[in-house]
Amino acid sequence: MAKYSVFSLVRNALSYHENWQRAWRSPDPKPEYDILVIGGGGHGLATAHYLAKEHGINNVAVIEKGWLGGGNTARNTTIVRSNYLWDESAAIYEHSLKLWEGLSQDLNFNVMFSQRGVMNLAHNLHDWRELNRRVHAIRLNGVDSEILSAAQVKAEAPILNVSPDSRYPIIGASMQRRGGTARHDAVAWGYARAADQRGVDIIQNCEVTGFVINNGRVEGVETTRGPIKAKRVGVAVAGHSSVLADMAGFRMPVESNPLQALVSDPIKPVLDCVVMSSAVHVYISQSDRGEFVIGAGSDLHVSYSQRGSFEIIEGIMGALCELVPMVSRMKMMRQWGGVVDVTPDRSPIVGKTPVEGLFINCGWGTGGFKGTPGSGHAFAATLAAGEPNDMAGPFSLDRFRTGFLIDEAGAAAVAH
Amino acid sequence: MFLIDCPYCGPRQQTEFHCHGEAHIARPKDPDAISDVEWADYLFNRSNTKGVFYERWVHNHGCRRWFNLARDTVSDRILAVYRMGEKPPRVKK
Repeated sequence: MAKYSVFSLVRNALSYHENWQRAWRSPDPKPEYDILVIGGGGHGLATAHYLAKEHGINNVAVIEKGWLGGGNTARNTTIVRSNYLWDESAAIYEHSLKLWEGLSQDLNFNVMFSQRGVMNLAHNLHDWRELNRRVHAIRLNGVDSEILSAAQVKAEAPILNVSPDSRYPIIGASMQRRGGTARHDAVAWGYARAADQRGVDIIQNCEVTGFVINNGRVEGVETTRGPIKAKRVGVAVAGHSSVLADMAGFRMPVESNPLQALVSDPIKPVLDCVVMSSAVHVYISQSDRGEFVIGAGSDLHVSYSQRGSFEIIEGIMGALCELVPMVSRMKMMRQWGGVVDVTPDRSPIVGKTPVEGLFINCGWGTGGFKGTPGSGHAFAATLAAGEPNDMAGPFSLDRFRTGFLIDEAGAAAVAH
Repeated sequence: MFLIDCPYCGPRQQTEFHCHGEAHIARPKDPDAISDVEWADYLFNRSNTKGVFYERWVHNHGCRRWFNLARDTVSDRILAVYRMGEKPPRVKK
């Protein structure tokens, strides 16, 4: 497959850009694969890429019931950061951030990763103390994080209302300067193209309807395009994890909730970092096209509808008008929802299932996008070896039995 | 936004209510007698059904009473409302 470069751009310009190769093939499923990855979102495609690249396993297929990156990969607010509290989380999210930093080169695809900084606001004394504790804990884990005063917050993001009289006064903030945003579609496409280049079959419009399990061991899957055999199967289907687990005959500590986001009409650049506030459930950044990308909190009820409640939008817009008063005169162009898989401790599940040969990667909840490379990397190692690697180890499904939970509720319950 | 028919107050908008997840999860009668696996199942595992789902709601900003809903989690259509202690009704999507 042709490498994307300035030379290929020039060469293709000479033929009026009519001869670009397709970025990936669209093969029919083979009867058998070494490893089958269910779910063609960012995590599934990243898993396939690292299986082929790092572990030399090319006889791999990714099967997707819809189209590539049509689920949560395309529905998030594209925020990337690694400022997590606990050691286990810091390890996997920081690993992920390091992969993000070299991802465009690795994939030969511009994922437009922009390290513009991620700011978390503190609005009251409790927020402020907790934020200070977090910043120090994060720094002890070798992850960059700093504390900003209200004046520094204003200097970084002049559109914020830092008046002490405001409804949500800003006392200060934490800042991770290596955090930022990336182009979500490009992440799915880049991984798909890189995996395809190494021989991975990416099969779209192919829904799994059941598992073939003999003596407690998975032997393949039934799909809408016929049965496919596989030695090992990895499930990376986010909101539908419980549905797949149900097909395989076990239960999951996961609930699927709607999570919403919206974008404003485009304006001139006014905000060059990501601003998040856990206390008022708002996070905002400005895209390259000038739109404000605004994330909301999730609904608390189970739903697969990819549609959240209007009250959530009303709540965040009310808060946002206080935090960023200029927003009150803007129009919101689009709003959408995704189905996120939330675990009781707000940490992902990566590893074995009660069915031998069947592995699961889920529970990334409201913050899966940032974890895409790290998740894929750890899951690929797990699938290749048949055992979780060091990074995935603590995130086992079994932790809900042993009680070794990784309680990131404070870091992930709302703010992503 | 749901319009929820509280069995005590009648139809009210969702903002008055709070959802508390899956209904009909019985606490094990003798927790000391069961294994960690069974305890974890009770504590953490949820059916998270795609389809007809039975769940608990409380009318926080109203009568403050608890009740159950049967709801289709794909269409978000509310199929039945019934009181605590009542058996879940059989409903069709």
